[in-house]
Amino acid sequence: MIANQLSIFAENKPGRLAAVTKILAKEKINIRATTISTSDTFGVINLLVDDPKRAMAVLTKAGMMVSLREVLAVLIEDKPGGLDRLTQLVAKENINVNNAYGFVLESSEKAIFVVEVDQTKKTEALLEKHGFRTLDTEALSAIEPFHYMKY
Amino acid sequence: MYWDEREETVEQARLQETQMEGLRETLRRAQGSSYYRDLFKDRRLQIDDIRKLADIEMLPLTTKDDLREHWPWGFVAVAREELIRMHSSSGTTGRATVIFHTANDIKAWTHLVARSMYMTGMRRGDVFQNMMTYGLFTGGLGFHYGAEEIGALVIPAGAGNSKRQIQLICDFGTTFIHIIPSYALYLSTVFDEMHVDPRKDTKLKAAFIGAEPHSEKMRRTIEDLYGFKAYNSYGLSEMNGPGVAFECPCQNGLHIWEDQFLVEIIDPLTGKPLADGQEGELVMTTLKREGMPLIRYRTKDLTRIIPGPCDCGRTHRRIERIKGRTDDMMIIKGVNIFPIQIEKRLMEIPGVGTNFLVLLDREGYDDYMNVQVEVKREFFTGDLKQLEKLRRRIVEELKSDILITPRVDLVAPDSLPKTEGKAVRVIDNRKD
Ligand SMILES: [Zn+2]
Repeated sequence: MIANQLSIFAENKPGRLAAVTKILAKEKINIRATTISTSDTFGVINLLVDDPKRAMAVLTKAGMMVSLREVLAVLIEDKPGGLDRLTQLVAKENINVNNAYGFVLESSEKAIFVVEVDQTKKTEALLEKHGFRTLDTEALSAIEPFHYMKY
Repeated sequence: MYWDEREETVEQARLQETQMEGLRETLRRAQGSSYYRDLFKDRRLQIDDIRKLADIEMLPLTTKDDLREHWPWGFVAVAREELIRMHSSSGTTGRATVIFHTANDIKAWTHLVARSMYMTGMRRGDVFQNMMTYGLFTGGLGFHYGAEEIGALVIPAGAGNSKRQIQLICDFGTTFIHIIPSYALYLSTVFDEMHVDPRKDTKLKAAFIGAEPHSEKMRRTIEDLYGFKAYNSYGLSEMNGPGVAFECPCQNGLHIWEDQFLVEIIDPLTGKPLADGQEGELVMTTLKREGMPLIRYRTKDLTRIIPGPCDCGRTHRRIERIKGRTDDMMIIKGVNIFPIQIEKRLMEIPGVGTNFLVLLDREGYDDYMNVQVEVKREFFTGDLKQLEKLRRRIVEELKSDILITPRVDLVAPDSLPKTEGKAVRVIDNRKD
């Protein structure tokens, strides 16, 4: 499954992230994870949200420059070695990771590791073959409120 | 094809004879103004000393400061009751200058605007929407009168209110528009928002673009966005306003109407005349104006005369699109730079949006140039590396043209300041 990540252009000055979260809060869009990558004078805010298409529409309407990117949200076990199994596999297959970040769903239970790679489809197939579960946007938004992982 | 064939295709030799008659008449009329009467007396100049066109070099240049100092009546050469119209220049610094017209002046001006518009294909029955500010600014009434003279249906829309502009274009089948180039770029985004395709859903045939210097690339961008021809219009209120020089269908330089203006190009630093083909400051003398004749007026606009005849058959010489203004020129680390040079470079780089802003700062004895560039919305994919690459490319391209290394910032589309749709290009924070 492939998930959508929201990337927002931001000038490197105070209040840019706050401006984004304010709009999303008003629209009751839930943010699941955030990373910011910056260069000298500008940066990109990456967001995983429960409704990326609507988030893109409202942010664009507010004048922001927004793009939807395909990422893989991989379910991993939140215990020593959980992430290592994934990164070893990716390294072994020579897949270039452009951006990666993670967040814990249930302490000591499950975590989501988000990876941005050059060949999303190929990587997805590889991960599924090795028993990893990747989540799409719907699955991601369904998780949190219901402690979905505890089944 | 011609509004007046005899006038527009007159032989250069005959044209020069008319110019000489016009010049003599202007010198005679100018004696009616206190400014020129005193000036001629102080310099011991006699009208009879001017025997041929080249003798004009003996006469002093007139500057905008002269107009300001002798504001408001010092240049008026006729009785006050002869004046029927005043206009004012859109000066950004100091007191605005005023220009007065007699009834004949308005007629002569209207004739030039009609000639210019007709040249691009406007005819009786066309619908002309004028998106310029009406009022003291000459771009409103100047074009308005010219279009009426041709017999077009004129929609005096005025500036701004983008959605209404588009509504008018659609409702009344507008075929020609007059628009500021940076506003044309902005308006195309409003067309998108309203889901109206200017290429398919309108009857637009052509646009007249002027009132701010722009590059060839910017013109082509506008033509692509709208699917029409965009003709460059040049004018300044001191020489009436629009209708001074205008592009013909060849779109290779602007015919400057030499039956009403005597044209010189001078070196802006020394004031010495330059030959055809050489770039310098445009200097103009009115040949038919009654109310306020001006002799050797420094336009502060930089251009050159394009040597050789034009394929359209008109004999009036052509000037190249304005390269910049002598007072827009920035001097940074001893290098002369014009905003139009920066614009030209930027517009050639894929990913660059519609606006940019140059900030000049001084730290100690060193000057710094910071260029903020809007990114094109479609270019952004969320990839930081791609943005960094664009930024580096802009630095390199600018460096190769202006010879100093600017600091370049990328900013979001539509985030840079605009005043009345006209882009602000340079902010100089250096203190002397
Ligand atoms: Zn021509």
